[in-house]
Amino acid sequence: MNSETVFAEKTCTVAIVGGGTAGLAVASQLKRLSIEKVVVIERENEVGGVPRNCDHYPFGLREYSRFLKGSAYAKRNKKLAKELGVELLTNTTVTKIRPNATLELLSKTERILLKADRVVLTTGVRESSRSQRLIGGDRPNGVITTGALQTMVYMSRFKPFQRPIIIGSELVSFSAIQTCAHLGIKPVAMIEEQDQVRVRKLFRPYLFIKNIPLYLSVSNIRINGDTSVESIKFKNSRGLEHEIETDGVIISGRFRPETQLLLDSHIEIDAGTSGPAIDQHGRCTDTSFYATGNILGHAESSGFCWHEGIETAKRIHEDLLGKGFSGNQMSHLRCDDPAVKFLIPQHLSSPYGSMSMARFYIGLNSPINREIVIKTNLDVIWKGKIKSRPLRRLQIPIPNLP
Amino acid sequence: MPSNKHDIAIVGAGVVGCALARRLTLDGASVIVLEKAYDVLDGASKGNSAILHTGFDAPSGSLELDCIKSGYNEYLEVSESLSLPILKSGALVLAWDSEQLKVLPKLIEKAHENGIFNVRPLDREEILRREPELSRELLGGFEVPGEYIIDPWASANAYIGQAVENGANLWRGVEVLSGNFEQNYWTLETSTEKVYSRYLINCGGLYGDLLDERLIKKKNFTITPRKGQFVIFDKAASSLVSSTVLPIPTATTKGVVICRTIFGNLLVGPTAEDQESRRNIATDSSTLVKLCKKGSTIIPKLENYDITSSYAGLRPATQYSDYQIHHKTEMAYLTVGGIRSTGLSAALGIANYVSKMLSEMGFQFSPQKNPKLPEVDKLSEYHERDWQIPGADGVVCHCEMVTKREIERVINGPIPPQTIQGLKRRTRVAMGRCQGFYCSAELAKITNGKLKIPLICNE
Repeated sequence: MNSETVFAEKTCTVAIVGGGTAGLAVASQLKRLSIEKVVVIERENEVGGVPRNCDHYPFGLREYSRFLKGSAYAKRNKKLAKELGVELLTNTTVTKIRPNATLELLSKTERILLKADRVVLTTGVRESSRSQRLIGGDRPNGVITTGALQTMVYMSRFKPFQRPIIIGSELVSFSAIQTCAHLGIKPVAMIEEQDQVRVRKLFRPYLFIKNIPLYLSVSNIRINGDTSVESIKFKNSRGLEHEIETDGVIISGRFRPETQLLLDSHIEIDAGTSGPAIDQHGRCTDTSFYATGNILGHAESSGFCWHEGIETAKRIHEDLLGKGFSGNQMSHLRCDDPAVKFLIPQHLSSPYGSMSMARFYIGLNSPINREIVIKTNLDVIWKGKIKSRPLRRLQIPIPNLP
Repeated sequence: MPSNKHDIAIVGAGVVGCALARRLTLDGASVIVLEKAYDVLDGASKGNSAILHTGFDAPSGSLELDCIKSGYNEYLEVSESLSLPILKSGALVLAWDSEQLKVLPKLIEKAHENGIFNVRPLDREEILRREPELSRELLGGFEVPGEYIIDPWASANAYIGQAVENGANLWRGVEVLSGNFEQNYWTLETSTEKVYSRYLINCGGLYGDLLDERLIKKKNFTITPRKGQFVIFDKAASSLVSSTVLPIPTATTKGVVICRTIFGNLLVGPTAEDQESRRNIATDSSTLVKLCKKGSTIIPKLENYDITSSYAGLRPATQYSDYQIHHKTEMAYLTVGGIRSTGLSAALGIANYVSKMLSEMGFQFSPQKNPKLPEVDKLSEYHERDWQIPGADGVVCHCEMVTKREIERVINGPIPPQTIQGLKRRTRVAMGRCQGFYCSAELAKITNGKLKIPLICNE
């Protein structure tokens, strides 16, 4: 590594990494609360995040009380942030996170050392790739995630295939169908490894209307094709080999927090969520860093991320005013039930005092119908019965604590 | 006698063909390389474990050993000037049961016989002290300090780059259909135009035996492709182990290796599966799952890490254990075949061997005095990258930090890639953890109209 790297030095009050929905919400709210210098760092050439590439409804109901397409919603978020005086640094990549709210940046022209009072991580999620899902077979062109498809279709009007197959059955898998329809692409099937669709059941008739067959409980998925996709083979629910002719594959869902930056940093990552571990105020293990939105380990609607962003901004405001959050002593929160995959927040800073976050979020591995206990090493924080399938994360109100 | 005649025609632009093209061009010969794929390194050379081997476990007295040793030495010599990155990781050969433990002394003895004298035994505690994340199940092993990690593609790209820079011709997407040796020169019928040369070298890799049949109507050997599947773990996993971890080799394979890659990831593989197809590099999910499990029996913490990608490569194995280098003097023809998994380490050595052989047969040229050097981008995570140098014009692939300047330099360079796979091998674009989630669209735009197989579907 070049030891003589020259950085242009800059300072700000709050630096926000990632200009998606959560990032813009935090930034705008901080400006409303009169925080002086708020900077959003976005590596793409435009802020707005995932909704930019979603040319479908419904977005913006809670925020703007209107039905917007994703692209229009992203534009509104950007406009709001600009009007409130947020500084938007696009085409700028964070290359390293340093302790004490300090970031190394790379713009098109220079490398910058940005020293902030607080940093907020809002880098969101991305879908798992074919490789991460261990899907075997040949490696032809035309195997892409929904995200890549949406960018290709909406931003560039490129058409990567005509009759693809969709792997996965999450909300995003259904929006892949809409994206396809936009350019006259007709999916030939949807296949899912689990025994049920990973959205509410009311979505299933949609497949029927669109005339897209659904295969559940498939295994051993194999992609065939030399330069372009020719077919997909898999074992169906009865264990029989099944082959479907197709010219492309959409790998959809299984969102993962985008945490590349954190992997070689000093900030703790939670094994359950794969996102940064936070305390009840939304602070990472370096308390000059906050994290909010989908990076925490879920793939939620924009409306949800916006709301979380606003709440996080309010807490940062209090923190900066010095009303701060008592001690930095963090205790690990745990729940020993094997069905519980993750718990957000992962830490409680003591004394617990005011509980900034109103809820725990719980993710499940498997169905559950019994009492669980959430505790620190010292105290039982919450106890109660839960009954749920492992589809979405559950919300539990955080009780008042001593 | 036609006027556009070359001294030497090389069929096949894998790592061996590229190394030969470089050597013979620098020797002063006029060289043409004919590759049937749209890009170089499209066959056996495209998927391997990217280790520069010392030859400690190669069969003693074999041609393979000679070539690995001389190739290894030349690699270290030219790496600086050709801008080839090296990660001096060293290797540990580990025993996991009492049977394997018994074999260790023999392997060390063999390494010494092979001239690799710094190979020495290590006890269990010493190994675990050096590599604390290794499973406590291990019983013992030895170190091979000279085994290094390299870029599997940059090396061959640099070889062919230097050859072309100094006058060699590279024709891609051109298949040799037949050949005729008359009046002391070869006339090759190709899928495009005729090619003439005084000497002909078969570097056909996975197709070496078929090419022999096509050109000299005789098979020197039969190739049974041996597939190796690999899993590449996230960059974060590279901190789990610093040495390359090798198992006790068997007669057919070096076994499953765990090592860092020069690009900052951690690799687990390969498997060894004989198959008929010379093209099929499909992976299968159950094998990949097994590889992951194998990985976490050696490094338990690996279980917690994400996978970035998986791939398979084919080794052109023959019925013989040694390399198959045969010449047919009366036809001015040479076969360089059966170069298995050690080809990357041995390529420069093979090139020297062939160069000597040709000069002994009377093909002598006047060596180039001040050969030009090719421009090669160092893509190593362990060296300075293009994004760290001002003026990169933005990052296209954020996972691998590939800049627009880098991509444009390659696309507008002397050997522009003609397929997306070729571009990936040259720049690493879209090869990171998101596998193109972010940059596919931008890539489709940048490469539009520049690839033989476009990323988008033309109606």
